[in-house]
Amino acid sequence: MTMKFLVCISKAPDTTSRIAFTEGDTQFDANGVQFIVNPYDEWYALVRALELKEQHGGTVTTITVGQADCDPVIRKALAIGADDAIRVDANPTDAMQVAGLIAEQAKAGGYDVVLCGKETIDHNGSVVGGMLAEMLDASFISLATSLDLEGGKAQAKREASGGLERVEATLPVVVSSAKGMAEQRIPNMRGIMAARTKPLNVVTPGGATEGTGVSKFELPPAKGDCKLISADTPEELVRLLREEAKVL
Amino acid sequence: MNCLAFVPSKNGQATKAGLEAVSYAKQCGAAVTAVMVGALNGDGGAGAAGATKVLHVSEELHDEGQIAKVVSAAAEAAGADWVVAPHDHVGRAVAPRVAVRLGAGMVPGVTGLLEGSTVKRNVFSGKAMAHVDVKTAKKVITTTPNAFGVAGDGAAAAVESFAADAGEARLSVTGFEPSSADGSVPLPEAVRVVSAGRGLKGPENWGIVEELAQALGATTACSRPVSDMGWRPHHEHVGQTGITIRPDLYIAAGISGAIQHLAGVNQSKVIVAINTDPEAPFFKAADYGIVGDAFEVLPKLTAAIKSMG
Ligand SMILES: Cc1cc2nc3c(=O)[nH]c(=O)nc-3n(C[C@H](O)[C@H](O)[C@H](O)COP(=O)(O)OP(=O)(O)OC[C@H]3O[C@@H](n4cnc5c(N)ncnc54)[C@H](O)[C@@H]3O)c2cc1C
Ligand SMILES: Nc1ncnc2c1ncn2[C@@H]1O[C@H](COP(=O)(O)O)[C@@H](O)[C@H]1O
Repeated sequence: MTMKFLVCISKAPDTTSRIAFTEGDTQFDANGVQFIVNPYDEWYALVRALELKEQHGGTVTTITVGQADCDPVIRKALAIGADDAIRVDANPTDAMQVAGLIAEQAKAGGYDVVLCGKETIDHNGSVVGGMLAEMLDASFISLATSLDLEGGKAQAKREASGGLERVEATLPVVVSSAKGMAEQRIPNMRGIMAARTKPLNVVTPGGATEGTGVSKFELPPAKGDCKLISADTPEELVRLLREEAKVL
Repeated sequence: MNCLAFVPSKNGQATKAGLEAVSYAKQCGAAVTAVMVGALNGDGGAGAAGATKVLHVSEELHDEGQIAKVVSAAAEAAGADWVVAPHDHVGRAVAPRVAVRLGAGMVPGVTGLLEGSTVKRNVFSGKAMAHVDVKTAKKVITTTPNAFGVAGDGAAAAVESFAADAGEARLSVTGFEPSSADGSVPLPEAVRVVSAGRGLKGPENWGIVEELAQALGATTACSRPVSDMGWRPHHEHVGQTGITIRPDLYIAAGISGAIQHLAGVNQSKVIVAINTDPEAPFFKAADYGIVGDAFEVLPKLTAAIKSMG
């Protein structure tokens, strides 16, 4: 049983980036920001897809909705081991739009397993995967911490209240990937060289509708100074938590 | 404004996150109908939280694709112009599918009330907020757990049974592995959290962390290296690549306060940092701090809490 895997890869600002906005607080200020593959997409979704391909045979294709500035992170995914990549040449602004554009390609490609990350670390939506499943009329395993393929079905564990649920789902399946699913892989020199010549197919977007748009960004109010309490008087901390902060 | 609230339940009772979603919709000025799936005791608590009616689907459904079908049908039946659900593990699987079915724009994990068609949410792992406009006539919103209170003064809601074609199940639950044997509140739902990092030196020293947590009725958490090294289980890892939490009180001992760690905890209402290094970055993010050795401070703090009565 060879399998066709599709992995949704998004680009995200490096985790240490300074967050600032321009154009009247309507645009993210990308000036000086290093972009990386969204950690959930890279460490968990992509690596698990590669492991399953190694086990069952098949192909791993990545898909990204984004403009040419995404190409470096797509090459990184190819260097880690994906076979080929699709980039839908559109500016991603909304989950409905992104899911719609991915769904169009996914339908055409006929994939057995579509993996995405639990969430993007810039939008923190956790939405694209579920929308994609509905659009593809596929089963959906959210917040998966493990994934295996057996007997033509997906077997997974997923985060649930107070523990992990074991679930079984029919194929085709969309999986949102959380910590535990795989270990990060560092691309080696051979992978990086091979990635240069692997196919990165740029396609023009079809029509996808936007459900939402951001009108303005805002930075949180500056945190007040930290009140220091002597290590010898923890009862003073307890008093402050009770009377001032009112959390006890 | 008519709102349909998808309220997950456990043992016949609405979950706290589900009731928060109901109260949120009520606070936004909506007339709220709740939809609840599976066994139900009375109105499950939805009335007190602000719902006037509960549509009860008696079938036990575990495939969120099926749940999304009945929730969407309930939204149509209730004439709802928006749907609210909690941004927890169930809501995250149900709400995006409902949004597609209704052709509705979706705003996940909101932290502010819906005003007109605009609502606020946190982005960039809590480092910024976005004002999001919904462009479609219908809307789907999920509420961040522990960001809104639960009202408790409403009257009991009328319960009506509701049936809709859920289609076939394509996902089934085959088992459950509880993360903690002690029955403590799961991290994403915890109101108080005591967390520790590499400063604790080794897994054998976690007794003082657990004792403080126990005295406070808190859940324990840890930094990423601690779970990576296997000192603590993975599900305790909070931060950018772990779990995001929003408790009322977060106490961090022996954690430096790296930006990736803060990303998962900076929405806590009150943060206390305990660190030997007065220059530790955590003190810049904390409300209260103790510069000191966790091995001395934690037991003293536990004693002080216990003597508080
Ligand atoms: C892409 C990416 C994602 C990441 N995601 C996460 C994440 O989700 N969550 C996360 O936590 N980290 C994450 N990290 C790692 C993060 O950058 C830090 O390395 C990590 O948080 C440090 O853990 P720590 O504070 O426990 O350890 P350390 O940085 O080693 O700090 C230990 C602290 O303990 C103090 N200390 C030592 N002894 C004592 C004592 N006796 N009493 C009190 N204090 C003491 C020290 O002064 C120090 O401040 C991520 C990193 C990357 C690159
Ligand atoms: N522009 C994009 N291109 C490809 N995949 C994406 C894009 N945006 C989001 N995704 C995928 O969807 C997941 C969830 O994203 P989100 O709903 O934005 O939190 C991510 O982890 C990615 O796997």
